[in-house]
Amino acid sequence: MRWKAEFILALIGAAAVLFLALPARADNTVGHAGSDADLRRIMLDLQSVKQSQAKFVERKYLHMLNQPLDSSGTLIYVAPDHLEKNTEQPKPERLVVDHESLVIEGGPDGQNRTMALPDYPEIGAIVEGIRATLAGDSETLSRYYAVSLQGGLPAWTLSLQPRDPKVQAMVNEIRISGRNDRIDTIETIETGGDRSVMTVLPDRP
Amino acid sequence: MSRKNLFRIGVWLAGVVVCIAIVAESRFSADLSTFLPRSPSAAQEILVQQLRDGVVSRLILVAIEDAPPSVLAPLSKSVAAQLRAAPDFVSVNNGDDQGLAKDRDFLWRNRYLLSPDVAPGHFAPDALRRALDNDLQMLGSAAGGLIKATLPADPTGEMLHVIGQFQGEERPAARDGVWFSPDGSRALLVIQTSAPGFDADAQQHDLLLIDNALQSAKQATPGSQDARLLASGPGVFSVRIRDQVKQDAFRLSILATLAVAGLLLLVYRSPVMLGLALLPVATGALVGIAAVSLGFGSVHGITLGFGVTLIGEAVDYAIYLFTQTAPGSPPEETLPRIWPTLRLGVLTSVCGFSAMLLSSFRGLAQLGLFSIVGLIVAVSVTRWVLPALLRKDFATLRSTLFGPVIMRLATRARALRYPLLVLVLAAASLLAFRHGDLWDDELSSLSPVSRHDQQLDQELRRDLGAPDVRYMAVVNAPDEQQALASSEALGALIERMVGEGVLAGFDSPSRYLPSAAAQRARQAAIPEEASLRANLLQALAGSPFRAGTFEPFLADAAAAKTQPLLDRDSLNGTNLAAKLDGLLIRRGEDWAALLPLRGVADADRLKAEIAASGQGGILLLDLKGDSDRLYQTYRRQAFLLALLGALAIAVLLFLSFRSPRRVFAVIGPLAASVIVTVALLTAAGDKLSIFNLVGLLLVVGVGSNYALFFERRDSGGELGALQHRERIIISLALANLCTVIGFGVLTFSRIPVLHGIGMTVAIGAILSLVFSAILSAPEDGASRAGF
Repeated sequence: MRWKAEFILALIGAAAVLFLALPARADNTVGHAGSDADLRRIMLDLQSVKQSQAKFVERKYLHMLNQPLDSSGTLIYVAPDHLEKNTEQPKPERLVVDHESLVIEGGPDGQNRTMALPDYPEIGAIVEGIRATLAGDSETLSRYYAVSLQGGLPAWTLSLQPRDPKVQAMVNEIRISGRNDRIDTIETIETGGDRSVMTVLPDRP
Repeated sequence: MSRKNLFRIGVWLAGVVVCIAIVAESRFSADLSTFLPRSPSAAQEILVQQLRDGVVSRLILVAIEDAPPSVLAPLSKSVAAQLRAAPDFVSVNNGDDQGLAKDRDFLWRNRYLLSPDVAPGHFAPDALRRALDNDLQMLGSAAGGLIKATLPADPTGEMLHVIGQFQGEERPAARDGVWFSPDGSRALLVIQTSAPGFDADAQQHDLLLIDNALQSAKQATPGSQDARLLASGPGVFSVRIRDQVKQDAFRLSILATLAVAGLLLLVYRSPVMLGLALLPVATGALVGIAAVSLGFGSVHGITLGFGVTLIGEAVDYAIYLFTQTAPGSPPEETLPRIWPTLRLGVLTSVCGFSAMLLSSFRGLAQLGLFSIVGLIVAVSVTRWVLPALLRKDFATLRSTLFGPVIMRLATRARALRYPLLVLVLAAASLLAFRHGDLWDDELSSLSPVSRHDQQLDQELRRDLGAPDVRYMAVVNAPDEQQALASSEALGALIERMVGEGVLAGFDSPSRYLPSAAAQRARQAAIPEEASLRANLLQALAGSPFRAGTFEPFLADAAAAKTQPLLDRDSLNGTNLAAKLDGLLIRRGEDWAALLPLRGVADADRLKAEIAASGQGGILLLDLKGDSDRLYQTYRRQAFLLALLGALAIAVLLFLSFRSPRRVFAVIGPLAASVIVTVALLTAAGDKLSIFNLVGLLLVVGVGSNYALFFERRDSGGELGALQHRERIIISLALANLCTVIGFGVLTFSRIPVLHGIGMTVAIGAILSLVFSAILSAPEDGASRAGF
C-alpha cells in the first residue's frame, strides 16, 4: 500500500529540507561576473574539510505561531557523504544521511525510519546538493540548484534556488553564509513564507 | 447384409446422431476451478471463490525490462497513464503519485468518520490541549513540514491516524518515482482488472491493452527498442492455460491420432480398415463427451484432451479383433473366441475408472465418466457393429516378418522371471525407503500453470515485496452491517495481538467502510460547534498558536457531525473501493468479511485468542495450509478409491476365473508394472500427484488386457492354438505400440495433468506388456515350436 510511502516521503521531505538547512549548500551558477573565481575558491576551501562537528541553534518562524520555535543540538559531517543532525532540545531526534540511506530516529511517532534516497528523487536531489556543497562538488550542485554568490572571501553568502519544480514546491530558497571554509548560518525559506534560521556555533575544529 | 446387422448399424447410427446433437449443445469450459475440489465447508468455499474471482485473482503483475532504469521509468509512467484512462482497469499502481489523489481526498474528507480515535472525550479541552502540545512538538521536529499544511484543519491528527492504520504494508523499491525490482532491472506495475481472473476472454483483452500501451510508450521513448513486457497473475494464467489446453489437448490429441492412424495404415495397408479401426474410438469419444455434458452440465477442455486416453485403450479392441482373425476366416468366428477376454478387460478397466468417478474432484470425476462410457461404447461397437461392417474376406494382417521375432522374444521372456522378481523387489524397497516423500502434497502441483510461469510469478512477487497472504480471518454474518461491525470487534482483538508481536499487521474492510453504528458513534463524539469552539479556546489558552488558526478545523468537524453516513458507493472512483470489494463479500444471503493477516508469528495463539473472545462465526484460514490439506484429503481419498478399484478388479477376476493361480497370472504383471513405474517416476526425481494416480489406473486398465490375453489358453488343435497365439501376441504388440504413441505424445505437454498421465501410462504400458510376457505360464506347444 502506498500510504506508508506517502507518509515517509512527506516526512523525509521535511527532514531533508531541515537538513539542507544545516550543512551548507553551494552552487556554481554564478550570478555576478567576478565572483566566479571566488565561488571556486570557496568550494575548494570546503573540499579541504574532511570532518567537522558543531553545536547549532535553530529558530523557526511559522505564520501560525505568534512566537518562534527554538531547537538546538549537534551537527556532524564526515567526508564525503555522512551527515548527522542530532537535536537535543526540546525533544531528542536524530537524523542521519549516510551514502544512499536516510534514517530518522526518535521522530514524532517514536519510530525509526530508514529509506533509500534513490527511491525519492526530490529528497535525493536535496541531500546530494548538501553533500556536494560540503564536499565542494560544484558540478553536482549546479545540477540541482541555481546558485548565486554574494560577497566574496572571506565572508560569503550562497543563494540556492531549486531547479526541480517538485523541490520548488517545498523550498523557495536556501541561503548559506559562511566565512572561509566554515558555515555560519543556514536560512531556509519555505514556499509559503515560513522560514527557519540555523546558526552554527563556533566549536572545536 | 443380414437383418440383424442392419438393425445394429441402425441403432449405432441413431445413437451417433443423438450424441452429436447433445455435443453440439454442450458448453465447453477451460475454467480451472473445475479441477479444484468441490468445497464442503464454508471456509473452503471462500477459499476456492477467492482463488476464482477474488480481488487477488484480478491482479496482473507487470514488469518492463531490457532497458536502462532511466528508460524504464518513463515507460512505466506512460503505460500507467494510458491504462488509468481505460475502464477495463480498476487500478494501476506503479509507484508514482497519480491515481492516489482520489484516495487521499476521500480519506481526508471523511477523516472524522474513518478515524478509530474519534471517541467521546476526544475533543474535550484537555484532550485538545494535549493534541496541540503534540502539534507544537511536531512543528519543531523534522516532520514539521508534513503537518504544517493540514494542521489548521486537523489539529488532532485524524488523517495521520487513518493513514497510520495502513502502515506497515510492504512496498517495492522505487527509482525515479516508480516501482523497480531491487536490482533496478525491471520496472514494476500492479494492475487490477475489472474482469475476474477466470474470465480468460476479458483477461486476454486486458493483456492486449497493456501490451498496446507499452508499444505506444516505446514509440515516444528513445532507447526503448528492446524493452519488453512480462506479465503474471491469475488472469494471465487463465489466458495461458486456455491457450495451452487448446494447443496441447487438441494438437496433441490430433498428433497422437495421426501417429496411431499412420501406424495402423502401415500395418493394414487399407484406408477402409483404418477407418473401421478408429470407428470404436470415435464413437466412444463422442458418447463419452455427450455423457459428461449430460452429467456435469459442461465439458472441460482437459477432459476433451483425454480423447487421447481412449485412443490409447479403445483402439486396441479393433486391433485385437482384426489381428486375431486369421486371413479368410470371418470375424464372427474370432469374436466368440476373444469376446470373453475383451469383456473382462473392459470390466477391469471400468473397475479402475470407477475410482475416479467417485472422486470429489469434479475434473477427475469427469475424466472417469468419460473413460467408462467411452470404453464400454467402444467395446460394444467392436463387438456388435464392426463385424456387421466388415466384408467377409477383409484384409487382415498377413503373416509378417516380425511375427516370428516377436514370438521368439515372447517365449524367451520367461527366462527373465527371476531378474524381474529382483527388479520388483528393488523398486518396492526404493518406494518403501522414499515412503514419506513420495507425494507432492501441495495444491500447486495440480496447477496447470507451467513451472516456468510459476517461477516468474514468484520472482515478480518477490520484486514487489508482496508475498502471498497466507493467513486470513473470515467473519461470517447475515448482513453487510453485521459483517462490518464484527470485523471492527475482531480488528480490535487483532490490534492487541499486533501489539504483543503475535503478528505484524492486518487489513480489515471496516478501515475502508466503518459500520454505520461506528460512524454514528463517531459523529456523536464530535461536540456541537459552539461547545467545540469553547473547548478549543480553553485548550488554546497560553499556547503560541495564533488566534483563528483552527477555524478550518471547527468547520470540518461541524460538517462531519451532520454529513451523510458513508456506504459502499461513497468509495466509488477510489482504489479503496476495489480493496473493500475484495474484503467484504456477498455470498448468497450471507456476507463475509475478510481480514488478511500479515507476518503471523504464532497462529496457534491467534486461534486460541479468537476462540476465547467468544465472537462467533470467525474462521482463521491458512490459505496455503488449508488448501494443501484440502488437496491431501482428496489425494488420499483418490488413493483409497484406487485401492478399492484394485480390490474390485481382483474380485472380478476371481469371480471369472475361480482360480487363484489364474488371478495371479493377471494381477502379478499389473502389480509389478505399477510398482516399477512408480519407482521409475520417483527415481527420475518427480513427486507423485493425483494425476500420476490416474495414470496408474489407466495402466491397470490397458495392462489388464495384455495380461488377460497372455493368460488365455485356447483349446483345439495344437497348430491352431499356436497360430492363434502368434496372432494374439502380435496384436498385443501392435496395441501396445498404439498406446505408447498415444500417451508418449502427451508427455510433451506443458500441462502437468497431461504430462503426468502421459508419462505414467507410456512407461506403465510397455512394462505391463513385457511383464505379462515374462510372467506368462509356460507354453507347452510354443516353447517347443520356438526352437
